[in-house]
Amino acid sequence: MLTRRHIITVTAISTILLAAPTAFAQDKSIVVASTTSTQDSGLFGHILPLFKAKTGIEVKVVAQGTGQALDTARRGDADVVFVHAKSAEEKFLSEGFGVKRFPVMYNDFVIIGPKSDPAGIKGQKDVAVALKTIKDKGIPFISRGDRSGTHIAEINLWKAVGIDIAKEKGPWYKSIGQGMGAALNAAAASNAYVMSDRGTWISFKNKGDLVIAVEGDKRLFNQYGVMLVNPAKHPHVKKELGQAFINWLISPEGQKAIADYKINGQQLFYPNAGDPSA
Amino acid sequence: MSGDHSALELVLTADPALIAIVRLSLIVSLSAVFFSALVGVPFGALIALTRFPGREGVIVVLNALMGLPPVVVGLAIYLMLSRSGPLGEFGLLFTPQAMVIAQTVLITPIIAALTRQTIEDLWIEYRDELAAMNVGPAGRVATLVWDARFSLVTALLAGFGRAAAEVGAVIIVGGNIEGFTRTMTTAIALETSKGDLPLAIGLGLVLMTIVVAINALAWVARRGAERYAG
Amino acid sequence: MRAPLSNLPVQFDDVGVVAGGVTILDSISLTFTPGAPTVLIGPNGSGKTTLLRAAMGLIKPTRGRVTWAGSDMMPPLRRAIVFQRPTMLRRSAVANLHYALANAGIGRAQRSARAAELLELVGVGELGERPARKLSGGEQQRLALARALARDPEILFLDEPTASLDPAATKAIEDVIRAVVARGIKVVMSTHDLGEAKRLADEIVLMHRGRIVESGLVAAFFAKPRTQEAKQFIAGELLV
Repeated sequence: MLTRRHIITVTAISTILLAAPTAFAQDKSIVVASTTSTQDSGLFGHILPLFKAKTGIEVKVVAQGTGQALDTARRGDADVVFVHAKSAEEKFLSEGFGVKRFPVMYNDFVIIGPKSDPAGIKGQKDVAVALKTIKDKGIPFISRGDRSGTHIAEINLWKAVGIDIAKEKGPWYKSIGQGMGAALNAAAASNAYVMSDRGTWISFKNKGDLVIAVEGDKRLFNQYGVMLVNPAKHPHVKKELGQAFINWLISPEGQKAIADYKINGQQLFYPNAGDPSA
Repeated sequence: MSGDHSALELVLTADPALIAIVRLSLIVSLSAVFFSALVGVPFGALIALTRFPGREGVIVVLNALMGLPPVVVGLAIYLMLSRSGPLGEFGLLFTPQAMVIAQTVLITPIIAALTRQTIEDLWIEYRDELAAMNVGPAGRVATLVWDARFSLVTALLAGFGRAAAEVGAVIIVGGNIEGFTRTMTTAIALETSKGDLPLAIGLGLVLMTIVVAINALAWVARRGAERYAG
Repeated sequence: MRAPLSNLPVQFDDVGVVAGGVTILDSISLTFTPGAPTVLIGPNGSGKTTLLRAAMGLIKPTRGRVTWAGSDMMPPLRRAIVFQRPTMLRRSAVANLHYALANAGIGRAQRSARAAELLELVGVGELGERPARKLSGGEQQRLALARALARDPEILFLDEPTASLDPAATKAIEDVIRAVVARGIKVVMSTHDLGEAKRLADEIVLMHRGRIVESGLVAAFFAKPRTQEAKQFIAGELLV
């Protein structure tokens, strides 16, 4: 028989359960939509505690591909967006979803491949030629395929050597639609080439037989930018806290924190907030 | 949770990040079971005990919904809770509450379908006697649910297992935010994508151990209680 | 306490029951009045169980009316039935009784005493705490009787109460039935066993293929059966 005692007990438990997770929540917090490569590199684990110690603001990072991160921001589900695809970011601004774009840091992409180098491109200085060689020889190549900054950069490199990869790909080209880590895993497992950002590569733990095949080409330069989601479009955006984060990132303190992040003594990201052309 | 430690080290040193992740996983999935039971058990019992046009169709659909893909549920809830969605004003996206909601939606059909089957089977047994004792509709539901409680607990455990094991729903609506919405399964997905496969497998074993422990606890409780019943 | 309601007499007016295209009861007209036990006899499939259920109010006739004290809307208070294969609730024996008492409107304060009394009456006094489903067939039958008696019935229907029991258990149940009769409760039961019919009945009703073939006081029925079917049945030759 359903007694009043039962109803009170159930209501009490429900309230506790619904409230409990909120106990974890910080009132002074922002949501930053960023990319999986930035997260996988471990950069946030290094710089966010410093930011919190200074301002008391909790930064919650939702890591997706660049395209997805920008869409999340368009929907108003993030306060700040921090990605690495300048053309996509400028489109975002022109649509009115962002307030202003600030360059923050850069790293570079590298072409990763098997130690045995089946395409014979190791040490090649021209990355577009290297990619063309891979295509001509039909050597397996893993693509992110997820509208991420890395994916967009990859498409542009194919274009640089006159290849419209969407139309001209073959069975050797495997588009997996996932993040950088998954792509590297796939490359390691199938002895394929893959384009990766250096940060993820350095911190990646399943390198297997893979090594860096091509690096240093200026076109492999990878710029990161940060934007506040436009409160005019989404009034609930935490604009003061979000702007505080942006200001810190481009401040000397934030820039130093970025530069200080190293894995095995290797610096992963190079701060360049002061570069107007970035 | 530093990637330089094995899962075993993290367990033995009671690493705070690991504890937070385990705690969140349990709170989210157990909460989902609680709310699913609140909705699913009465609903399943109702379907079992009433006759209405289209009843067979409802049962088929309910059984089919047990196989709802978690990632589809996650996507649907995401679109509803997004700021641009119908329930956006509550700001629930990327919070543990959203994860509870998604998992509740995911496992309510399981609990409802299993409840319906259990109650219907017991109803066939009890029907005559309850009619002969002039038991009204509310009394019938209460009696059947109480007498079938052990089978219903199994249904709840099935729901819990499904919730604790899934990653598709919680990662989409939760965002896998470190220290906030990262659960065991989303942490495993993350470590896998970072290439730290040993840690990922280790976390998987920790998760399985916890789920086995919960099932063992339920089993012991059932054995103890069964001695007092029929 | 509630005002005493009456179920009696229970009257069948040209009752027919058809289910799934099959006629189970046909043109049944009879009356159960307070007093000595009525025993339904007849081969398998003759409709005894259905008649008892209809008299209890569990089945609505497809033709004709069943009335209790003149009303066909009588709620099943103070009447009870024990099915041929009773189902025990998944609880202890005494909990089963408490359940029946609660649903019969007996107040919480009186239930323990009544339950103990009923368990004693049917002879399972020490088995109260045992899980009801773990009792033997005969013990479950007696517990089912206790459950029925918990409803403080004016009229008690028993569907082949000793059909699946050994001779010792059969005797035990028959003793309880006599005790019940002695309390003034009208007993209507069905049986396969002619000997049992003779032992317990005052009035006999012979059924065959859904109809009442012959009825009368027990001594007259067995000494001077009037119909052909009755003669055949007594001789053990009426099987279906």
